[in-house]
Amino acid sequence: MSGRQRVRAWIAAPVLGLFAALLGWGFSGAPAFGAFHGAYGELLNRIAVPQRHSTNVVTAIVFDYRGFDTMGEEFILFASVVGVVLLLREMREPAGDQDDPVTSDAIRLFGLVMMSVVVVAGLWVAAFGLVTPGGGFQGGVAIAGGIVLVFLAAGYRPWTRFGSQHLLDPLEGGGAAAYVALGLAALIAGAPFLHNLLGLGVTGTLKSGGSMTLLNWAVALEVAAANLVLYTEFLESYLVPHLSRR
Amino acid sequence: MTILVYAVVAWVFGIGIYGAIVSRNLIHLALCLTVTQSSTYILLLTLGYKRGATAPIFKDVKLGTAAVDPVVQSLTLTDVVVSVTVIALILALALDVHRQSGSVDPDEISTLNG
Amino acid sequence: MVALCLDPLRQIFLSGVYGLLLVLLFVILQAPDVALSMLVVSTVAYPLIVLIAISRTRRERGKE
Repeated sequence: MSGRQRVRAWIAAPVLGLFAALLGWGFSGAPAFGAFHGAYGELLNRIAVPQRHSTNVVTAIVFDYRGFDTMGEEFILFASVVGVVLLLREMREPAGDQDDPVTSDAIRLFGLVMMSVVVVAGLWVAAFGLVTPGGGFQGGVAIAGGIVLVFLAAGYRPWTRFGSQHLLDPLEGGGAAAYVALGLAALIAGAPFLHNLLGLGVTGTLKSGGSMTLLNWAVALEVAAANLVLYTEFLESYLVPHLSRR
Repeated sequence: MTILVYAVVAWVFGIGIYGAIVSRNLIHLALCLTVTQSSTYILLLTLGYKRGATAPIFKDVKLGTAAVDPVVQSLTLTDVVVSVTVIALILALALDVHRQSGSVDPDEISTLNG
Repeated sequence: MVALCLDPLRQIFLSGVYGLLLVLLFVILQAPDVALSMLVVSTVAYPLIVLIAISRTRRERGKE
C-alpha cells in the first residue's frame, strides 16, 4: 500500500473499531431473525386496505402514510440531478451535425419492439402500483431504460429528439412540482398538507387510493425524467468528442 | 440464524468500506459505496421479516394473514432508486476531477492544486 | 467480492451479478417492491452510468 493509503488505513482503523463496537451493542439488543414485533407495521398491515383502499400496503405507506418523506426523497433526486447537470453540461462541446446511424435494419426493428415492450411494462408497473407490487419509482426507471434503447438501437440522431434538454428539464421539474402542488391543493382546501382530496375509489382497481394515484404518477414522471436527464448528460459528454473524431 | 444474518450485514458493510479505503480508482470507489449501501438494505429488510409470513400485498389475499413489515420496505424502496442519482453525482464529480487533473487515482491527485 | 476487484470494468459485471443476488434475497424476504426496484436499478441504471464514466476516463487517458 502506498503512503497515502497507509495514512488512510490508520485513520480508518480506530473509527471502524468504534463503529464495530456500537454495531455489536446494537445487534445484541435487536430481535431474533424472523420474530418481528413492531406494532406500527402490524397495525398498518391490518388497517391500510380498508382505510386507504390500496392493496399494496408498501405503496400506501410511501405515498400516503409517509407521503412527506417521499417528497423529501424526490427532492434528493432532483438536487443530485441538478448537481450532475451543472458538472457535466460545461464539459459538452458543441454538437454540430454529427450522425451515427445504425445501419442494420434488424437492430432497428428489434430495438423498436424491445423499446415498446419495456416502456409499456414500465407504465404498467407504475400504473398498478397501488394494486400489485410496483409503483412510480420502479416504473419510472424502467420507462427511462426503455427510452435509452432508442439510442442503442437507432443511433444518435433519433436519440437527440428524446434526449434534448428542452424536453426533459421541464418534465422533471414538472413531476417534482406536481407532487408539491397536490399537497398544496389539499392545504388550500382546508385540510392538512398532502391530505387525500379525491374519493377513495374501489379497492383493487386502477382507481383506488384517491390522491395517492396522482402522487404515484407525479413520482413516475419525475423519476423517469430524472433518469433520462442523467443518461443524456453522461451520453452527451461521452459521445460528442467520440463522434467528432471520426 | 440471527447471528449469521447480522454477521453478513457487518461483513458486507466492512468490505465495502475496506474497498473504498484501498481504492486506486475513483469509479471503483463509487461502486464500493454502493456495496456499503446495499448492506443497509439487507439490514432493514431482515429486521422486518416474520417467519412464515407473506408479502404485504393483499390483492386476492385475505386480510389478516400474517405479512412482513411494510414500513421498512417503503424506506428501502425509495432509497434504492434515489441512490442511483446520488452515485451518478459522485461519478460526475469523478469525471470532473479527471478532466482537471488527468487521472482517477485518488492517491495521485493532490488536493487544491487544480 | 465486488469491492475487492480493482478493475472497474470487471467490477460492473460483478456488481450486476451481486445486484441479481440481492434481488433473489429480497424475494425470499417477501419484499417484492424492493426486489423490483433493485432489479431495474442494478441492470439498467448502474451499468449505463458506470460504463460511460469508465469509457470517458479511459479514452482521455489514452489520448496522452
